Amino acid sequence: MDNATISSLSAELAARKLSSVELTGHFLSRIKALNAKYNCFVTLDEERSLAQARAADARRSAGSGQPLTGIPIAQKDIFCAAGWRTTCGSRMLSNFVSPYDAHVVAQLDAAGAVNLGKTNMDEFAMGSSSETSYYGPVRNPWDVHTVPGGSSGGSAAAVAARLAPGATGTDTGGSIRQPAAMTGICGLKPTYGVVSRYGMIAFASSLDQAGPMARTAEDLALLMTTMAGYDARDSTSLERERENYARELGKPLAGLRIGLPKEFIAEGASADVVKAVEAAVAELGRLGCTTVEVSLPNMRLAVPVYYVLAPAEASSNLARYDGARYGYRAPEYADLADMYKKTRSQGFGAEVKRRILIGTYVLSHGYYDAYYIQAQRVRRLIARDFAEVFERCDVIMGPTSPTTAFRIGEKMGDPVQMYLNDIYTTPANLAGLPGLSIPCGFDAKGLPVGLQIIGNYFAEARMLNVAHQYQRATDWHTRTPPGVE
Amino acid sequence: MRSEGQIHYPFPITHYREAAMKWETVIGLEVHAQLSTRSKMFSGAATAFGAPPNTQACEVDIALPGVLPVANREAVAKAVRFGLAVGGKINRRSIFARKNYFYPDLPKGYQISQYEMPIVQGGAIGIFVDGREKIIRLTRAHLEEDAGKSLHEGFHDFTGIDLNRAGTPLLEIVSEPEMSGAQEAVAYARALHALVRWIEICDGNMQEGSFRCDANVSVRPAGSDKLGTRCEIKNLNSFRFLERAIEFEARRQIGILEDGGVIEQETRLYDAARDETRSMRTKEDAHDYRYFPDPDLLPLEVSESWIGEIRSNLPELPQARQRRYQDEYGLSGYDAGLLTQSRELSEFYEALVRRLAGFYKLGASWVLNEFMASLNRAGLEIHQAPVSSERLAGLLKLIADNTISGRAAKEVFDAMWNEGMDADSIVEYRGLKQISDSGELERICEEVIAANARQAEDYRSGKEKAFNSLVGQVMKATRGKANPQQVNEILKRKLSG
Repeated sequence: MDNATISSLSAELAARKLSSVELTGHFLSRIKALNAKYNCFVTLDEERSLAQARAADARRSAGSGQPLTGIPIAQKDIFCAAGWRTTCGSRMLSNFVSPYDAHVVAQLDAAGAVNLGKTNMDEFAMGSSSETSYYGPVRNPWDVHTVPGGSSGGSAAAVAARLAPGATGTDTGGSIRQPAAMTGICGLKPTYGVVSRYGMIAFASSLDQAGPMARTAEDLALLMTTMAGYDARDSTSLERERENYARELGKPLAGLRIGLPKEFIAEGASADVVKAVEAAVAELGRLGCTTVEVSLPNMRLAVPVYYVLAPAEASSNLARYDGARYGYRAPEYADLADMYKKTRSQGFGAEVKRRILIGTYVLSHGYYDAYYIQAQRVRRLIARDFAEVFERCDVIMGPTSPTTAFRIGEKMGDPVQMYLNDIYTTPANLAGLPGLSIPCGFDAKGLPVGLQIIGNYFAEARMLNVAHQYQRATDWHTRTPPGVE
Repeated sequence: MRSEGQIHYPFPITHYREAAMKWETVIGLEVHAQLSTRSKMFSGAATAFGAPPNTQACEVDIALPGVLPVANREAVAKAVRFGLAVGGKINRRSIFARKNYFYPDLPKGYQISQYEMPIVQGGAIGIFVDGREKIIRLTRAHLEEDAGKSLHEGFHDFTGIDLNRAGTPLLEIVSEPEMSGAQEAVAYARALHALVRWIEICDGNMQEGSFRCDANVSVRPAGSDKLGTRCEIKNLNSFRFLERAIEFEARRQIGILEDGGVIEQETRLYDAARDETRSMRTKEDAHDYRYFPDPDLLPLEVSESWIGEIRSNLPELPQARQRRYQDEYGLSGYDAGLLTQSRELSEFYEALVRRLAGFYKLGASWVLNEFMASLNRAGLEIHQAPVSSERLAGLLKLIADNTISGRAAKEVFDAMWNEGMDADSIVEYRGLKQISDSGELERICEEVIAANARQAEDYRSGKEKAFNSLVGQVMKATRGKANPQQVNEILKRKLSG
């Protein structure tokens, strides 16, 4: 059961060989046994999960099951779920129980999926290591002394450690893809606007996008088909026909043109990572793909642009956490200004404060043009680079992250080093393009390496097809971390 | 915050009058008109006034984590309607921006407004001051959401927050600094108030805060074309306060300048109880609002066809109607202007002349004189008037066909107003029908001439005044029922004979 994919579990549930109550109970007991080791989950509600499982079983019995009916899914704690504590990894929301469901949560619920619990994450999704959480760092199942990446590190580690067959994540600058890479699982950041942001706690609104995390491309397709869809409550949600993201999985890859941006290798990826990615591209060559060298000349500006725009939006998005209506409020204060100061000083962690300060600064009078406006201009250039590249190739490939998992604490004292982790992932967010990470090998220390596939707008089905065909030819995605059977 | 407001500026009024001659006051107004939509600017919650606190605030209005705004199409349509009505430019693409500041009644920590690219740019409004028309140009009008309310009483040491108003759609209408003096500013505010009600985008209820004014006031040496340093006076919720606040503020600024001081740019608050403005915040502690485009909202696109649709649904506008009253009905510019100062009054007049099928001047005169005077005396709104346009038309018809005299008509009108009957019945039971039997009038005229021989003689010897007295005698004898024109004719004929 631990290693089964969502699609195989779905078949067993459909055949009534397995009940959702059994399946959910199984994962809940694994979580109870192992969460202390990995710190993946911040909130569990066994009763609520099992009630959902019972409802799913009844639905299966009634013959009205859907592929996800009865499948337990771990929810990143950035998604509001009615009746669930929703902390976003912060002390600020340590007491916040959401009265409503995020669109993603409601979609999964409507499909009959079981909410297995809320997963740990970098505070307000600000981080690349899942160390900034108020609830302590998440540990990488491949080596508990290393980070699982971030910010969706709790979801990634849960899937890698077989504490959940699938999970939700969000990706603002790489927060799905980078932890997927570092924990040896798969993660998809969809085209901006394909998955509703309603009920997903905002970090940087113009970049945030929710997506699935699982162990195979096929499972991603299954989850994505349910998570995506137009939502009138999100003005940036795109009004499109519903898609079956699994529809192209079986398509042969012959003739697929892979673009290899020279900047992806030049920008300081470690030798082990480069080697694994090159081997994956070679494997895809054997499956009939051709390669072409391309260039994204403005890519080197992606991290600086990202670290202007994301904090700018965040500084405003996080202004609502003032202690007035919900969430944490400092126990003692002299007056209104003091309440704000103490509440926000105590409620937010260091990284969140750093980004609020950066964001406030770049939006300030006299600096706005030089930082924010300039960054928006470069953002358009980055998007244009991609548009030009996609005239010459179908997908772009490269490493997801320049290195494999680093040691806990290693980069906490050096924010710039930490930010450079996002060098390969932020460009897709800035351009609004879909990005996918799948496991493609290991480094010398036995830590997983991720292959990143970036597609054109709405090319998710094609990208999943590429990943699925690759996974039919390789077995990296079936490897288990030490101690996990 | 320093309480600079304690400082008093006692200006001797004579000193001020002299000084005022040398200075010119310049005013620009920012008006917040609440758009009369059923739901809020960015959420589906209701906007009705007066509901129990926090019962009309949904998850979006209280800014729960994860919620997102969606622009209200009806509010956008109303903003476009306004832009078309003032002849402004409707931006096909406008941008919602965030105005960032912390305050407990501002749930998101920012207000969604429009900054660099508002939905309406330019346009103008005509005002009448001392019988002359002046055109006030508009800078812009933009959409934004209202904040909630802080309640400082009844919570012991705490402040209560009511978020019912949070998110209510507002149109902020900004004028150019083109009004000189409080009188013009009030005329502009009134004209704008009438217009937003005329085109039905705002109920104009100032007590409920549906129409609020901020005034930017500066003074400069008379004849100068350079603007002085301005002070902004916030939240003036009546025309009277607007006038008083501007007058006080102009006096204050002139006083400072006369004493060789400098005006500090600041935001001031008008205290109605003390009839003065006082400093709220100075330029140094002015907020840096850190405006930037709201990434949760796409640029607001307004299609040409939608604009066309809204344009075709616009009612006839006051200025066009005023022109029509002058050109087609032959009214004076002044009367036409008065009749188009509010939609309600104008509609009343329209209904009246439709029933009269003409007699436009007679109708205008009665509406603007007896009818308005009675309304004002009774402190009533037009829709509360005891005399309907139908009843008034009934009365005017009797004047028009000479059934009753103008003097009798006033009596009938008062009776209609007080007794709620129609004109015909009143004329009937009070016996006010005009004597148009010329035989009877001839007889009465002869009697009056005979009884007032001296006046008759005076008139014959050239004293015109004496004639009026004879007319008066005839009217008295007929209890006002004689047709004055007929009386004139008969008397003149008989006296010259």
